[in-house]
Amino acid sequence: MSSKYSNVTVKAYRRENGRVGVRNHVVILPVDDISNAACEAVANNVKGTLAIPHAYGRLQFGEDLELHFRTMIGTGANPNVAAVVVIGIEPGWTKRIADGIRETGKPVAEFSIEQNGDFETIRAASWKAKEFVHWSTELQREECPLSDLWVSTKCGESDTTTGLGSCPTVGNMYDKLLPEGITGFFGETSEITGAEHICQKRAINEEVGERWHKMWKAYQDDVIFAHQTDDLSDSQPTKGNIEGGLTTIEEKALGNLEKIGRTAQYIDILEPAEAPKSGKGLYFMDSSSAAAECVTLMAAGGAVIHTFPTGQGNVVGNPIVPVIKITANPRTVRTMSEHVDVDVSGILRREMTIDEAGDELIDMIRRTANGRNTAAEALGHREFSMTKLYRSA
Amino acid sequence: MSEIPHLLVHEHADNVGVVVVEGLTAGTEMLCCVTHDNSTFRLTAGADVPIGHKIALKDLKDGDTAVKYGEDIGKIIADIQKGGHVHTHNCKTKRW
Repeated sequence: MSSKYSNVTVKAYRRENGRVGVRNHVVILPVDDISNAACEAVANNVKGTLAIPHAYGRLQFGEDLELHFRTMIGTGANPNVAAVVVIGIEPGWTKRIADGIRETGKPVAEFSIEQNGDFETIRAASWKAKEFVHWSTELQREECPLSDLWVSTKCGESDTTTGLGSCPTVGNMYDKLLPEGITGFFGETSEITGAEHICQKRAINEEVGERWHKMWKAYQDDVIFAHQTDDLSDSQPTKGNIEGGLTTIEEKALGNLEKIGRTAQYIDILEPAEAPKSGKGLYFMDSSSAAAECVTLMAAGGAVIHTFPTGQGNVVGNPIVPVIKITANPRTVRTMSEHVDVDVSGILRREMTIDEAGDELIDMIRRTANGRNTAAEALGHREFSMTKLYRSA
Repeated sequence: MSEIPHLLVHEHADNVGVVVVEGLTAGTEMLCCVTHDNSTFRLTAGADVPIGHKIALKDLKDGDTAVKYGEDIGKIIADIQKGGHVHTHNCKTKRW
């Protein structure tokens, strides 16, 4: 069935593996915390590159190590990234991450510090980074269908206005664009608590719904009940949520779930940072509800644009994925407008319908894909937070 | 709608609504709108309630269930008069 969005195109970067990216970063990626300094030195030497320092990567093991590799490889493999220089302390894990990114066909170079020292590593890596910048800056944007975009969502600093306005705006966007063939991500496992009965029913079939419920229940048992000291009253909802009028996790969860609209059904469940493998459609990613962690995981899963409803005014961004902020809270528009990309406060005044707000968001997605910098990009918000499952060895 | 509403209610089954204007004061004759079908009604605010916070649409008793989105959002833990402020001091999750 054709709609007004059936033939919409964007000017974006078609990568070697066919995926479409909306940014063109040359990333200098540290394998581990102690390689951050070398990566930042290379990024300082070669303008137009982006170092992504982080806190982990040593003595991890088991599922936690797998998540580390998936996050690193997924970040480098993201279509918003043109080429990658990987730097690690030793060659083994460095090669594993570089090889994982290489599967996309994009240019990747790897360097390790042991037996070389920072100076020699930075010298050699800087030459390669400079070559990648020359190469990537000659790549041209080309006409790509809007439906080739992978669009993620997660809300933050939610309040009661997110459930009334900004989350249904994202839901309306998914209701319109998922039938056109985009790939979508939602998640925030802990924040579905209170609406899990509704979320389970939004699966495409019973089998997927049961797998979803098993994943959600495992989080309750293995994380919440294993680590809680009293209750989660100060964490879910957060102090900011409570200030904004949200009283319980059930109320927060019901507002959160407005992000998947009225008709969308998720087709599969993803591990944190896992890339979709079941074709076009909506996916639930098992993920933290903390903003930077969740956006980082979804970016590693391959999302190229993130839609972020906020009530009280979360300011998060991401190094490689543009984060579009949507708010319906008129006080946030008044006090924090530099962070807002799409103002849907008209919904609260009944001057704007959810349908109109959804159209405005789709227009902002299109413009962002074409190159418009988001508020978070303009303000330099590049929060990159790895999710860690348990203590390192 | 020519007049801007003070309070929005998701569903007709709800017993709480959300203040959507800044600086609401006690005694205000609020214009309330049910977003499900844009129907309206009037209700007097019983307290100064900040934007985003909830107001009881009817008298609520200790032990009642708070309903929003037509769904259970927690239990009432202290009596609340119609028009009164509903928040963490008188409403609590049933989950944790």
